[in-house]
Amino acid sequence: MTDILVVCVLLALGFGFGTLAERRHYRSIRRREEVLRPMMVFSAKFPPEPERRRESRLVCGSVVISVDYFKAFVAGLRSLVGGRVTSYEGLLDRARREAILRMKEDARDLAPCKIFNVKLETVSISKSGGNALGTVEVLAYGTVVAD
Amino acid sequence: MLLTNLEGVPGRRVIEHLGLVQGSTVRAKHLGRDIVAGIKNVFGGELKAYTELLQESREEAVQRMVAQAEALSANAVLNIRFSTSSIAQGAAELFAYGTAVRLDDVS
Repeated sequence: MTDILVVCVLLALGFGFGTLAERRHYRSIRRREEVLRPMMVFSAKFPPEPERRRESRLVCGSVVISVDYFKAFVAGLRSLVGGRVTSYEGLLDRARREAILRMKEDARDLAPCKIFNVKLETVSISKSGGNALGTVEVLAYGTVVAD
Repeated sequence: MLLTNLEGVPGRRVIEHLGLVQGSTVRAKHLGRDIVAGIKNVFGGELKAYTELLQESREEAVQRMVAQAEALSANAVLNIRFSTSSIAQGAAELFAYGTAVRLDDVS
């Protein structure tokens, strides 16, 4: 009986704080994306005008983000029937956008500039061991080339 | 030391290739951070302690790579890649590698 109660409390906490955290995070992501929009990001390997000498260096941005208890629970239920796991999609979307934003912030001192050869790497560092996603690290890196 | 993940540097020419250089570090999370992470798994959100830990470790891997490149008297490392793998429960390896070169100005 107490077990069920604990699970219910955890679910409620996860739902409340998790939804709040996600909403706040998306708001901050949108605001910062707007500010950093002029800095363009490319996955192209070769920047234009290779002959002209410009400042360039490696930039990185990374974030470790975790799902809340409620989302993990919903995903667990979802794995019974299969299909889209929306809660994890949101998690990965937020993590990638945050990593790219941090990479851009790292490059800001060379502005105006562009970032080339951007690579994104996603690693699951879940501690529970099982096949649950839980916690992911996303790393974004590239080379900033001043205009 | 110029670090880049492009295959060249704008306005510079590679005069000598010095081969692959690499740096790696294996880090374990410590218990205090693990407990905080466990709590965070209920509420969701960013695990700042882990972000910092992995960032520090990655910087160390890069420094080791740079030390190798310096030993070869290179002045740049091109085409840098990062890779992260969790090799055991609670431990991760962060690995950085690239090509050490000597650059010269385009005349």
